[in-house]
Amino acid sequence: MIEIKNISKSFNGKEVLKDISGVFHKGIPNLIIGASGTGKSVLLKCIVGLIKPDQGKVYYDGRNFTDADINLKTEIRREIGMLFQGGALFDSKNVEENVRFPLDILTTMTASEKLDRVNFALHRVGLENVNKKMPSELSGGMKKRVGIARAIVNNPRYLFCDEPNSGLDPQTAIRIDDLIGDLTQEYSMTTIVVTHDMNSVLGIGENILFIYEGRKLWEGSNKDIMHSGVKDFDDFVFANKVMSKIREK
Amino acid sequence: MLIKSIGRYFIFLGALFTNREKFKTYYKLVLEECVLIGIGSIFLVVLVSTFMGAVTTVQTAYNMVSPLIPDYVIAQVVREMTVLELAPTVIAIIYAGKVGSSMASGLGTMRITEQIDALEVMGINSISYLVLPKIVASMLMYPLLVIVAGVCSLVGGYLVGTLGDYITPTDYVYGIRFVFQEFSVFFALIKSVVFAFLVSSISSYKGFYTRGGALEVGVASTEAVTSSVIAILIADYLLAQLLVGG
Repeated sequence: MIEIKNISKSFNGKEVLKDISGVFHKGIPNLIIGASGTGKSVLLKCIVGLIKPDQGKVYYDGRNFTDADINLKTEIRREIGMLFQGGALFDSKNVEENVRFPLDILTTMTASEKLDRVNFALHRVGLENVNKKMPSELSGGMKKRVGIARAIVNNPRYLFCDEPNSGLDPQTAIRIDDLIGDLTQEYSMTTIVVTHDMNSVLGIGENILFIYEGRKLWEGSNKDIMHSGVKDFDDFVFANKVMSKIREK
Repeated sequence: MLIKSIGRYFIFLGALFTNREKFKTYYKLVLEECVLIGIGSIFLVVLVSTFMGAVTTVQTAYNMVSPLIPDYVIAQVVREMTVLELAPTVIAIIYAGKVGSSMASGLGTMRITEQIDALEVMGINSISYLVLPKIVASMLMYPLLVIVAGVCSLVGGYLVGTLGDYITPTDYVYGIRFVFQEFSVFFALIKSVVFAFLVSSISSYKGFYTRGGALEVGVASTEAVTSSVIAILIADYLLAQLLVGG
């Protein structure tokens, strides 16, 4: 479980996050949703420690990450897997080397154990026979899947996904969502997904945190989104034509 | 602004040695960087230094009009210029243009495509992991490149001097050896280590803190070369004053 308490962050005097608190549970996908530019990715970066919040604390299973010393921070980070928006695969390494990277750095596994683990992770994301391909030879969807394989190869306790569906066709996007949902349940990870895709919200949104202009405006599950009673949240949800039609029916 | 930037540069250098990975990891990375820097630069270094030696010989011979000055002085001048300035300093400027800009743009691209963030999230000290091998490899390879440049420059001078009939082979070899001070070579190697450190660390610093997109990567690359060249020239003066100055 990850808990955030009173997170605030400003850039050059502009307040991007305002006093956000929330709890992200283990074993279910937790979604941070909101329109573009509302601070979702900044919040995610505050949670993983890429950006230091001006105020507030982040707790990983009760461990204070924000004020942790370098050793505890490194220990927690080594339990994290993260999928970046563009995949963030290392250009100079092929698929196998990319996925193997966390094992090379963080474990003492033998070469054959690592290869088995890499092949398992690639198989898990539905990619086979691509081990020797370079990132430049992969499609957007394949890059994301390799990114997920790299994120899960070391059995992380915490999985973070920044816009996993952006730039993907609807079919691939659904496959990625299903994969994230399945992996979260299977490995009992605490997963946080940042998205503005309503398909993801409906598909895997078991715990949703809606951010509007840097504030947490609504929290609930995909079962409650039709009746939130919050105007700005409704505006966001029903801007999607499919959602709008569902409501009309 | 400048003071802030210099302060940030020193903090960056401090981060190279904190929370490091296993020695084996660096060993492999340093070897990779050595190949990249050494093999990748050798052709340009050989080409430039050979022509530098050749041109220095022709220019010196052209200006030595007095019959009182023996011909071997041409080779002596070529030797001193090559060992003290042309090989370590001029090649350092070319090195900054080739290797420095490549380091800055490589790291800048990694930054804007979130590859550096990916390392950080894995609990890896990205500065130490990415930059330390570059600096170590640079400090190992650049002195070797300077030695190659020195030899090529002297060979270039010899070829042009003898084939162009400016100086006889015997005079050239005599001039090269005439009142030779070994300290000059030692001085050149000290300079080469310092220049290699400056080019690699400044370029990495510029690339590492790139923000924005492709345009900013280009800007970082240009700034890396400009700042490296300025640092080389200042360090060149300070080292000369420190080691051979009155």
